[in-house]
Amino acid sequence: MTSETVDVVRGATPRPSPPTSRSPLQRTLLRVPLYLVLIVFALFVLVPVYLMVVTSLKPPEEALLSQMWQLPTELSIAAWESAFAALQPYLINSFRLAIPATILSAVLGSLNGYVFAKWRFPGSEWVFNGLLFGLFIPYQIVLIPLVVTMQNVGLYNTITGLVLVHAIYGIPITTLIFRNFYARIPQEVLDAGKVDGAGVFQLYRRIALPLSLPGFVVVGIWQFTQIWNEFLWAVTLTSAGQRPVMVALQNISGAQIVEWNVQMAAALQAALPTLIVYVLLGRYFVRGLLAGALKE
Amino acid sequence: MTATTPKSGSQEAGQPPPAPQRAKRGRGDRIVTLLMIAPSVIAIAVFVYGFIAWTGYVSVSNWTSFVPDLSFGGLDSYRWMLTDFRYLSGLRNVIVFTIVFVGASLVMGLAIAIALDRSPRLSAVWRTVFLFPLAISFVVTGVVWQWLLNPSAGVNIPLANMGLDELPLWYVSTTIVPGVSWGRVEMVVPVALLAVVIAAVWQLSGFAMAIYLAGLQGVSDDLREAARVDGASELQLYRRVILPMLKPMTITIIIVLGHMALKTFDLIYTMTGPGTGYVTDVPAVYMYESTFRANQFARGAAISISLLVLMLALMGPAIRARRKVEEETAQ
Repeated sequence: MTSETVDVVRGATPRPSPPTSRSPLQRTLLRVPLYLVLIVFALFVLVPVYLMVVTSLKPPEEALLSQMWQLPTELSIAAWESAFAALQPYLINSFRLAIPATILSAVLGSLNGYVFAKWRFPGSEWVFNGLLFGLFIPYQIVLIPLVVTMQNVGLYNTITGLVLVHAIYGIPITTLIFRNFYARIPQEVLDAGKVDGAGVFQLYRRIALPLSLPGFVVVGIWQFTQIWNEFLWAVTLTSAGQRPVMVALQNISGAQIVEWNVQMAAALQAALPTLIVYVLLGRYFVRGLLAGALKE
Repeated sequence: MTATTPKSGSQEAGQPPPAPQRAKRGRGDRIVTLLMIAPSVIAIAVFVYGFIAWTGYVSVSNWTSFVPDLSFGGLDSYRWMLTDFRYLSGLRNVIVFTIVFVGASLVMGLAIAIALDRSPRLSAVWRTVFLFPLAISFVVTGVVWQWLLNPSAGVNIPLANMGLDELPLWYVSTTIVPGVSWGRVEMVVPVALLAVVIAAVWQLSGFAMAIYLAGLQGVSDDLREAARVDGASELQLYRRVILPMLKPMTITIIIVLGHMALKTFDLIYTMTGPGTGYVTDVPAVYMYESTFRANQFARGAAISISLLVLMLALMGPAIRARRKVEEETAQ
């Protein structure tokens, strides 16, 4: 899937146009449905964004349902300020959660992926598939033991506990992405290192790891996004001051007294970190998306 | 380099034949290999397999209050579950939701992918637009769509301005079409659920688009040309040649989006909750509420076991189908 993956990310190579027996006018008309499809679906995707942005920038007296679709007569950052005041501690919690958990699960995934791609042993496919099973479980199935365990080891309602949980349940996807990544490193590159008698781990450290930067970027972005956006672990394993931002956002939106402009500003702020990552490093994000889904 | 691995000394000095060299290295390497994956394997063994067994144990216990009681209670929780109105409603909902949502995403993803594959202007911009909701949390999606599909707000405001008399009730609707009864549960499609489908499609159809686009770009220009030379119209080209080649992509999308749909919790929890008459409830939400709100741990465990069974029953065939397709294409 390598070359296709790159194509999706970098952009399509232009297709040669269909048969030339048609006049330019006919060809233009034929492309009308094409743009119609794109515009209709783009509107569907963008309308919620328009409403979020516009509403979040309205002064309170304009944040009324009757004026919901209208542009604000004057821009106001009041809603952004009150949303930020409410979310700030939880945004910090989310960073304290997502950054270490991303690093930890990426390191584990890299070690596993290297072994499963380059050092297969009898039964290694079984072990690999056994790890992948973790991708498919509905997480409710481990929720009760997880809460009990976290309480027993004193990690319930701590960011550290949440980091650990995300690192562990991130292993299946990071292992899959890294295995596919290392499978593309030619065997000869590693064999060259074997000549000096380097062992498995030396080969990893000296040869595989220095080549892994793109893999770490893909896995890092993927995991950061997933962990930042996650809700179920967050809502069951933390309370009050330890909650990540998504739980705080849900609490704000659940409170009927909060105005819509503040709710929309809060939703935007909670989404902003992953959106910024997507805008800056979108191609790696898409690569993670495809790498998890398409084997080899 | 040599100092770190004692074994290597002999290899360099004596230049032994490759086979014994490998055997000599093999053992130490095997141990290091196992050590490298040990932390992950142990963690998954405990936190996935061990915990599933633990949950299974809780589901046949008498743990029905805040105080843990792990004495054996038999299949009571399962018997309760299979006659419980809310559980059965949620089961209906999650299956309907999965089918409608995956179907809609496949259609929308394919339509956009075909359009993008025909090299429109600004294709990078279009792609960015269609993919960005994937980077957003279900919680954000839930908050926004709860507002957009609120019958007294959102899209109903322009609809009312256009003079529409009967405005859609979206997720507040309690209608179930066609409304035939099956035991105590009305079948088949709660209209309210379609509002959740809209939000889920908004968020995830970009995934189907990305996978289909990758597939379409794997269809060579030579093949397209050959079909055109043979006199195939553009429509026939897609129907006869290209769509059959996208089968592996379709299976992949069904697996990924299907398992996400079966797991759905965040979106329902933040957007609609269980709804009036449980028209938008799913077992994942019910499990959470019966366990952590009502302290019915045994029942919560039974519900989650049933979710796992449902997942295996629906995803097993899809994963087998993908393996078959992979073997076919490998030959």
